[in-house]
Amino acid sequence: MSAADTTTPAKVPPPRPAPQRALPDGPRRGRTANGAPVPWLLLAPCLLILVLVMGYPLVRLVTLSFQKFGQSQLWGFQPAESVGFDNFSTVLGDGEFWAVVLRTIVFAAGCVIFTMVVGMLIALLLQRVSGWLKTLINIVLVASWGMPVIVATTVFKWLFDSDYGILNALLSKLPGVELIGHNWFASGPQGLAVIMLLVVWGAVPFVVITLSAGLTQVPQELEEAARLDGANGWGVFRHVTLPILKPIIVMLTTLSVIWDMGVFPQVFVMRNGHPEQEFQLLQTYSYDRAFVVNDYAQGSAIALLTVLLLLGVVAVYMRQMLKIGEVE
Amino acid sequence: MSAIATGGRRRGTSRLGWNLLGLLVFVTAGFPVYWMVDTAFKPAKDAIDPDPSLLPTGLTLDNFHRALDIADFWGPVGRSLIVSLSVVAIGIVVGLLAALAISRFAFRGRKIVIVGILAVQMVPAVSMIIPVFLLLNDLGQYDKLTGLIITYLTFILPFTVWTLRGFVVNIPRELEEAAMVDGCSRTGAFLRVVFPLLAPGLVATSVYGFIQAWNEYLYALMLMSQENQTATVWLGNFTTKHGTEYAPMMAGSTMMAVPIVVLFLLVQRKMAAGLTAGAVKG
Repeated sequence: MSAADTTTPAKVPPPRPAPQRALPDGPRRGRTANGAPVPWLLLAPCLLILVLVMGYPLVRLVTLSFQKFGQSQLWGFQPAESVGFDNFSTVLGDGEFWAVVLRTIVFAAGCVIFTMVVGMLIALLLQRVSGWLKTLINIVLVASWGMPVIVATTVFKWLFDSDYGILNALLSKLPGVELIGHNWFASGPQGLAVIMLLVVWGAVPFVVITLSAGLTQVPQELEEAARLDGANGWGVFRHVTLPILKPIIVMLTTLSVIWDMGVFPQVFVMRNGHPEQEFQLLQTYSYDRAFVVNDYAQGSAIALLTVLLLLGVVAVYMRQMLKIGEVE
Repeated sequence: MSAIATGGRRRGTSRLGWNLLGLLVFVTAGFPVYWMVDTAFKPAKDAIDPDPSLLPTGLTLDNFHRALDIADFWGPVGRSLIVSLSVVAIGIVVGLLAALAISRFAFRGRKIVIVGILAVQMVPAVSMIIPVFLLLNDLGQYDKLTGLIITYLTFILPFTVWTLRGFVVNIPRELEEAAMVDGCSRTGAFLRVVFPLLAPGLVATSVYGFIQAWNEYLYALMLMSQENQTATVWLGNFTTKHGTEYAPMMAGSTMMAVPIVVLFLLVQRKMAAGLTAGAVKG
């Protein structure tokens, strides 16, 4: 999936015919054609805020990335002058940028896949455990979901501390493992794996709880019918449960992609506000260019490229979201 | 619990296996939270024991005292409260109006509005920090709570609109129409019929928005100065050049997390239901 995909209309496989659930109320909204101004009045405050505080900066982000904008422009010593595509050619010609892009994609893909698979497995497991254990697991999941990201990051920093972290102490108890004093953040991939674990730990509860709610909507009769027809556990899951859950799964994946491509505080706080080169993801890289190197224009160009990349990834799913919006 | 009932008939014997697996999930998922609270109440010297005990070793409030001493705690908490409550109060009203518009009316441009709101949600907040920083700087809103409030509003609005839309579409239109047939005005029908049904969803969405605003970190860090820091940024005070004071930091984390987690426990069931309700219908 590349940024180029944004320009072509997203090709989505034709929607699988919805599993046989009657939808008695189709799109049925007449009667409002005469009240055309009303919805716009209702929307006005929301749109106003979004345009002012989101739209304007978004436009500014674009213009910034075509300007030369450093410290002296920030303080107003020099006017910002247009430099055309200079910022983009600098960024795109930089090998480090591409390394960061690749790292971000691998990291985000890992997070999303890991989150969705673990989430689905736990959701299915919850259907099979005793009631009391289900309640306990739910409480723990909601507690970890509700943990502020900053707190969670701080706690993981403590768990993985090289000298006094509990993880090193526990792992060292295993025969043949000696990890006391091991610094998990000495190498980028290992450190990012820890951060991935942190992201997944925080993201799984939402997926589990949402999928669990979805699973309760899977009609028992359908599953039983499939069993009677000779489907095994996997068959029932693959051909009955999964198609019914598909809209939820698509939505969860969309949200996960957005969230995991936007991972910032986890890396930033874990590396004490100065992520090393090996830890840079697109978001921190853009921040670094703008606020550490003080090249706001280049930072904006990177941020803009990130947005384009993300739109490419998400364009496919956008239609699914729209379909949900269309139904009622 | 019907799933359990059906499963129980055929797989009563494998229930033990599932439960063991469930316990493993319980322990793994809960451990970070447990360890945070455990460290927070530990005597400081046990926290840096090279062979730490997994069970609580003692009960002391020293770490909490230290956490409160290290930097002003109530100031940041107060500022976070002001910001989060304002964001929610404004966001829920504005968001509900917009949600009603896109879920109950057919009008030209509806689709574009929905696309716009969804698209805004997809722009990573971090990407916007540079222009937002410059904008607030130009407006004289740098280091002002109002600047932070406006900024957070744009983060929670798309989500609020989309979630409330989910709650609204779940209320049958027929109820509203029946009230109107019985002589209610459109507004009357909304206030008497839809609003009461919507109330739990509104509460849940508000609490969720509150939590999001409370937890935000980057903008709070970039847009506020050291002396006006908010609660999330306050947590950074434990790490200095000389190292990190982990035990007090865990005490601080506990203070930050517990109220939020409790709030979250209260509303999450409603949230999850609201988020999926629309999806399953599709």
